[in-house]
Amino acid sequence: MGLLSRKATCNTHGQDSSYFLGWEEYEKNPYDEIKNPNGIIQMGLAENQLSFDLIESWLDKNPDAANFQREGQSIFRELALFQDYHGLPSFKNAMADFMSENRGNRVSFDPKKLVLTAGATSANETLMFCLADPGDAFLLPTPYYPGFDRDLKWRTGVEIVPIQCTSANGFRITKSALEEAYEQAQKLNLKVKGVLITNPSNPLGTTTTRSELNHLLDFISRKNIHLISDEIYSGTVFTSPGFISVMEVLKEKKLENTDVFKRVHIVYSLSKDLGLPGFRVGVIYSNDDIVVAAATKMSSFGLISSQTQYLLSALLSDKNFTKNYLKENQIRLKNRHKKLVAGLEAAGIECLKSNAGLFCWVDMRHLLTSNTFEAEIELWKKIVYEVKLNISPGSSCHCNEPGWFRVCFANMSEETLKVALNRLKMFVDGPSSTTRSQSEHQRLKSLRKMKVSNWVFRLSFHDREPEER
Amino acid sequence: MGSLKKNGGAILSKIATNDQHGENSEYFDGWKAYDKDPFHLSRNPHGIIQMGLAENQLCLDLIKDWIKENPKASICTPEGVHQFEDIANFQDYHGLKEFRQAIAHFMGKARGGRVTFDPERIVMSGGATGANETIMFCLADPGDVFLVPSPYYAAFDRDLRWRTGVEIIPVHCSSSNNFKLTVEAVEWAYQKAQESNKKVKGLILTNPSNPLGTMLEKDTLKNLVRFVTRKNIHLVVDEIYAATVFAGVNFVSVAEVVNDLDSYEVNVDLIHIVYSLSKDMGLPGFRVGIVYSYNDSVVSCARKMSSFGLVSSQTQLMLASMLSDDRFVENFLMESSRRLGIRHGVFTLGLKKVGITCLSSDAGLFVWMDLRHLLRDRNSFESEIELWRIIVNIVKLNVSPGSSFRCTEPGWFRVCFANMDDDTLHVALQRIQDFVSKNNNKISEKASDNNDQIIQNNNAKKQKWRQSNLRLSFRRLYEDGLSSPGIMSPHSPLLRA
Repeated sequence: MGLLSRKATCNTHGQDSSYFLGWEEYEKNPYDEIKNPNGIIQMGLAENQLSFDLIESWLDKNPDAANFQREGQSIFRELALFQDYHGLPSFKNAMADFMSENRGNRVSFDPKKLVLTAGATSANETLMFCLADPGDAFLLPTPYYPGFDRDLKWRTGVEIVPIQCTSANGFRITKSALEEAYEQAQKLNLKVKGVLITNPSNPLGTTTTRSELNHLLDFISRKNIHLISDEIYSGTVFTSPGFISVMEVLKEKKLENTDVFKRVHIVYSLSKDLGLPGFRVGVIYSNDDIVVAAATKMSSFGLISSQTQYLLSALLSDKNFTKNYLKENQIRLKNRHKKLVAGLEAAGIECLKSNAGLFCWVDMRHLLTSNTFEAEIELWKKIVYEVKLNISPGSSCHCNEPGWFRVCFANMSEETLKVALNRLKMFVDGPSSTTRSQSEHQRLKSLRKMKVSNWVFRLSFHDREPEER
Repeated sequence: MGSLKKNGGAILSKIATNDQHGENSEYFDGWKAYDKDPFHLSRNPHGIIQMGLAENQLCLDLIKDWIKENPKASICTPEGVHQFEDIANFQDYHGLKEFRQAIAHFMGKARGGRVTFDPERIVMSGGATGANETIMFCLADPGDVFLVPSPYYAAFDRDLRWRTGVEIIPVHCSSSNNFKLTVEAVEWAYQKAQESNKKVKGLILTNPSNPLGTMLEKDTLKNLVRFVTRKNIHLVVDEIYAATVFAGVNFVSVAEVVNDLDSYEVNVDLIHIVYSLSKDMGLPGFRVGIVYSYNDSVVSCARKMSSFGLVSSQTQLMLASMLSDDRFVENFLMESSRRLGIRHGVFTLGLKKVGITCLSSDAGLFVWMDLRHLLRDRNSFESEIELWRIIVNIVKLNVSPGSSFRCTEPGWFRVCFANMDDDTLHVALQRIQDFVSKNNNKISEKASDNNDQIIQNNNAKKQKWRQSNLRLSFRRLYEDGLSSPGIMSPHSPLLRA
């Protein structure tokens, strides 16, 4: 009998992937403008560090929130004792309003259908526990956020089956791709419980089109399954086309009183829009009462700290602040995005045209020695160890075409971005990889071996004992 | 709509649609009654007093004062806002180093400095609730068994089992030996489980005990550690009440035992501690749970899982600062012990005056009250529930019946005393005293009367409460605000949304 659980000894948590290994390398040698100018620049972290000053200035003007006070009266005691999993009412109200504002008030959210969780990480896992049994499957369009492998599969026993998207059409989700994924799941004897999309997309940085949303609603309606829309990046849309939430489409199509309505669930968080990942603020929004009830109980395993709920309820209830913040944040993201795209262009590198997110989906296929994932990893290693930029290889996001990389632009200063772009340009302009000497190749090969091809399509059940498959 | 309801079970998961979360239990009547009619000293002096909530409200003033005097510990004050960006951005699941160090330090101090804890083994979780679930995910597979001494914290049924699929088997303790846990009882339960072909992965216990308030003796703890080592099963000790020990008594942590025993007697890979600041410091709202394991793989696994319930970085920073303030910590621990001891003393003395005894205890935020002599039938849980309903609705105290903790003997009640001010406690005592005296009179009258009258009264009450369609069952009650829809007092400023 194993001493620990299977969950503890398998690697379904996915932390052996290159996505995380790049981080490790960065941790060992982190760039600092003054103290370590030759260090690795972190471009693998989808953080929004552009607008903290706006929040800090709000704090300056609102001492009550800081001091556990409301209208001059201390509420420290109440906050210290408050652990009701229904959450602080003022916070949920403010959150519902903020989500609505993020969608141009084209839809409204009912605070009673909101469940607070410890970050989107917990929200996604909780939804899996509510919607699927171990061995069931969810379909996800590739490429997708590497953390999903842990969040959706690890402790829940749920499987992910990819919906293959390709550069042929800008990685859009097509009807046929949906059907193929569903069939693939059937072949593997997996019961499909739903589809999960990230809108705007991570790692693509694009918003889902109305047409895609229509396909999706049609698909889940026919198959009688769920749709989860992780809208964690909804506030990072900086240019046209605008953001269309699946909730809007449901409203437009007048589907509010239908079965389908109850099978659409939204995940949200303040980690990207407001740049507050440390505060662990996640949200599940569902039109299904049973899901709301079950998820609420499950939130016991990861409630939001009451002092954080209180601070944020004050912040988000300030409509002047939220209006100004959303607008200013978008302007800054747009500028930063422009700089990255221009810098890449100068190095002869293109990216997928995008209008949202904290990163670009960069096309480096022309820099590969061969159209293989091995070549992608080779190139990635060069970029990490020689160019000293930690970016994320497409294979870590389950992309089925080698050569794409996710490069973040909002987690550093403008100066650092310039340095990064310079390094990249020098690398590209320098001797091309095909003329490198054999010894160089050897040296790079010996640096860390990873079996990437296994990683791309592996389902977690491969990690289980043969008799359990 | 109709088809969705029919398909409800297939559309959603089994976990979402079963009732393994245990919250459908009828014990919520107590909470519901309290919610409808909550006591307030001036505004609602005849309302129901909440004594079912194991909260520690006695020392919040000390914490409040510290926060006022230390604005740098906040990321929102002018003195502390320069840290805002770094802290707001910080989501590393290792947690802030200063936070881990401060917690390790505090845990050591709460154990009188008799043990030290390694900050590298401190893993965060969403409260002890999250910690207990996480440790199950790390140690057991669905269908595996953990033994739990009863009576036990009702929410274990949810925390240990609901999403993990782990089974728990109680090790029953009885009043015959003051509910002491013996290694023999554990051995017996272990044997029985083995005989039914169940895979026992470990033993989990709360020490100091909830609901008993008692602590394990060092020798017992040593023998339990030796036992699990022999059987190669895990020992998880939930030490959430470690610092609620009244003045003058020493708490023996399993950490102390691990130090004391020879290496051949204890396999440290089997020893794990769950901790939290919700009881010792009275900060359940801040969601600070800790998993501490001597097993490196468990630390590593639990740490990855902590992504599902990290402590807010804002809270980490504040507590890192607070708990590294030695002067504050020492004073807090001392004062908290003192106030708890006094509170416990006042309460138990008041109960003694009317012939009510409690299990002798040295810790916790509650007493384990013996009301067996007030039962209509000492062998029936039905009479325990009857008595409970009388206490809630007539005496107007929300207390927790022993059956909700899986106690095998009717007549015991857990009554919390640290979640109210002195005046409220006195009102509660008065009500108990009045009730008992009235009851005594009634009993002496009945001695000459027919018993049927009482039974009739009881039946009438039964009827009234059965209107809420609840059948007697031994499903579990959950404490704290987690369990009730709308636990918030309508008078709380927080509700003014």
